[in-house]
Amino acid sequence: MGSFFHRHRGLTPYLLLAPGLAWLTLFFLLPLAFLGYQSLQSGSFPNYTFTWEFSNYAKAFTDFRPQLMRSITYAGMATVLALLLAYPLVYWIAFRAGRWKNLFLLFIVAPFFVTYLIRTLAWLNILADEGPVVGVLRDVGVLADDGRLLATPVAVVAGITYNFFALMALPIYVSLEQIDHRLLEAAKDLYASPAQAFLRVTLPLSAPGIVAGTLLTFIPAAGDFINAQLLGTPQQYMLGNVIQSRFLELIDYPTAAALSFVLMATILTALLLYARIVGSEKLTG
Amino acid sequence: MNPRMTRDQLLRRGAAGLTVLSLPTLLAACGGGDEATDDELRDVLNFANWPLYIDIDEETKERPTLNKFTQETGITVNYFEEINDNATYFARIQGPLSQGRSIDRDIIVLSDNERFLSLIIENGWAEKLDKSLIPNIDNLIPAQQSPPFDPDREYTLAYQSGTTGIAWNPNQTGPVRSISQLLDDPNLKGKVTMLTNMADTMGLVLLDNDDDPTAVTDESFQRGIDRVQAAVDSGQIRRFTGNDYAEPLSRGTIAACVGWSGDIVQLQLDNPDLEFALPEAGGMIWTDNMLIPKGGSVPTACTFMNFYYDPVNQAPIAAYINFIPPVAGTKEVLIADDPEIANNQLIFPDEETLEQVSQFDSAALSNEDYIERWQSVIGA
Repeated sequence: MGSFFHRHRGLTPYLLLAPGLAWLTLFFLLPLAFLGYQSLQSGSFPNYTFTWEFSNYAKAFTDFRPQLMRSITYAGMATVLALLLAYPLVYWIAFRAGRWKNLFLLFIVAPFFVTYLIRTLAWLNILADEGPVVGVLRDVGVLADDGRLLATPVAVVAGITYNFFALMALPIYVSLEQIDHRLLEAAKDLYASPAQAFLRVTLPLSAPGIVAGTLLTFIPAAGDFINAQLLGTPQQYMLGNVIQSRFLELIDYPTAAALSFVLMATILTALLLYARIVGSEKLTG
Repeated sequence: MNPRMTRDQLLRRGAAGLTVLSLPTLLAACGGGDEATDDELRDVLNFANWPLYIDIDEETKERPTLNKFTQETGITVNYFEEINDNATYFARIQGPLSQGRSIDRDIIVLSDNERFLSLIIENGWAEKLDKSLIPNIDNLIPAQQSPPFDPDREYTLAYQSGTTGIAWNPNQTGPVRSISQLLDDPNLKGKVTMLTNMADTMGLVLLDNDDDPTAVTDESFQRGIDRVQAAVDSGQIRRFTGNDYAEPLSRGTIAACVGWSGDIVQLQLDNPDLEFALPEAGGMIWTDNMLIPKGGSVPTACTFMNFYYDPVNQAPIAAYINFIPPVAGTKEVLIADDPEIANNQLIFPDEETLEQVSQFDSAALSNEDYIERWQSVIGA
């Protein structure tokens, strides 16, 4: 064996890559190719035939544009919200929590031991019309006396923010945790104010974490449908809801497949724009 | 013979194996197949059903009815609580069934208020019942003997039924006795939900419009859609639900909704105030049906169906799950043990109640244009 690897040293990288490539081929490329094949079919269940039916894409783009726009808007809002909430929190944990660090990290992760669906259903109670949150908001006048949170965009965006919070918080925590404290001391020695030190040292060094967190939050959030279904109304439905209904209720596999590609393309476009803005080297770390 | 198999041989033997595997299915499809193993009673029944849909002993977690079946017949039951909604389950089994492969189930249970049950029958993915093994089929109540999707009960037998009507929380509203009130009463604005199920919700709306839900026309369907759409646009309807209306209704987050009788019977155990009634214009009825998917064992499945259609065996199930049993004589068995349940109109509706309920038009149920328009009203 040893001599085999010795003689074919050039093969080693490929052999190391093989399991990963096989996995990607089997579970990503093949299903994707099948989905692409399906998206160009026509006919009705169970007799779909492959006919290069590009009109499925036209239909996907034109008929479901509101839901597509909502997917991107809600996912974008939830990502920004999660970032604004997560950053100060993990900053505090990384720099100030001392020996309680792991405990506080556990607090962030603990809710995610519970199933996604159950967590979202819990929000039905938290935001219920007769529940404490709505009660307080009514008392302080943020909500009208007959106002509500459930079945509004606020509830959907809040649900998405909550459900993907850990995916935002953990990568930022890791990048903050790795910052060498001597760099901050050096900044202070050079007469930087705390704000300047944060903006010039901490923030740039945590950028890879922010970028990773943003991607991990935005991508699944854009495809989400549970939050819109349970916390929203038809007016909040996202593209995920349409795909689900096309696939399951209408058994319209071609349109469902085309919609999936449309969503994928839209997310990719958003990511490319994002990469242009933050610089592509940060996207790849 | 060369002990080593070449790749070519392997492929050819594989192909032969596949042919052999599908041969019994082919023979069964041709109506022949006297030597096919499918005709033999097996000692295991693979039964896929909905959660909480058969009696269970809370202490031992055993299922008394299934145990009794095993004792009487020697057939062990593998009971899978794997059907949570018709569409998802159909999506799961349509792949193998369309390729002529068995799904390793002898009985599955699907509802007749969605298109999937008739889709399976139309595509030839169901085995025919062997009625000679089901003498108790005589106990099938008259209302269930000739459903539109299977007029001669060749493929299916009713498992349980339920009615669809209006449920309301009296702490939030007075009685809600019509769909008009549900859709127009300003006091209910934003506190109303309807079911995502087209047959149930549209059925009630059509009845309220004085249209016939058992014979839907393009015009009557459009009238119904327009009314629901108007109530969505005005914000009267908060959202569309599956049985997740239960919790908000019980809490009072919603005041009234379109709901299912069986759910309400169970909710009333915790919240006795909740009310359920068929609208004055009439309610809808739906039925979950047992069927044998292609490749399932007909004799084994039919043996269970016969057992199930004995009112003595049906009574504990009906007493436990609180839906409407399709087996005549069940009420008489129960009246001694559990008069409260036997006299519950939601479980054993009388003739008068049954005259007020309709079953949704089977053709309209499968009309893709209708489904598409309905899905667009409920937002997807």
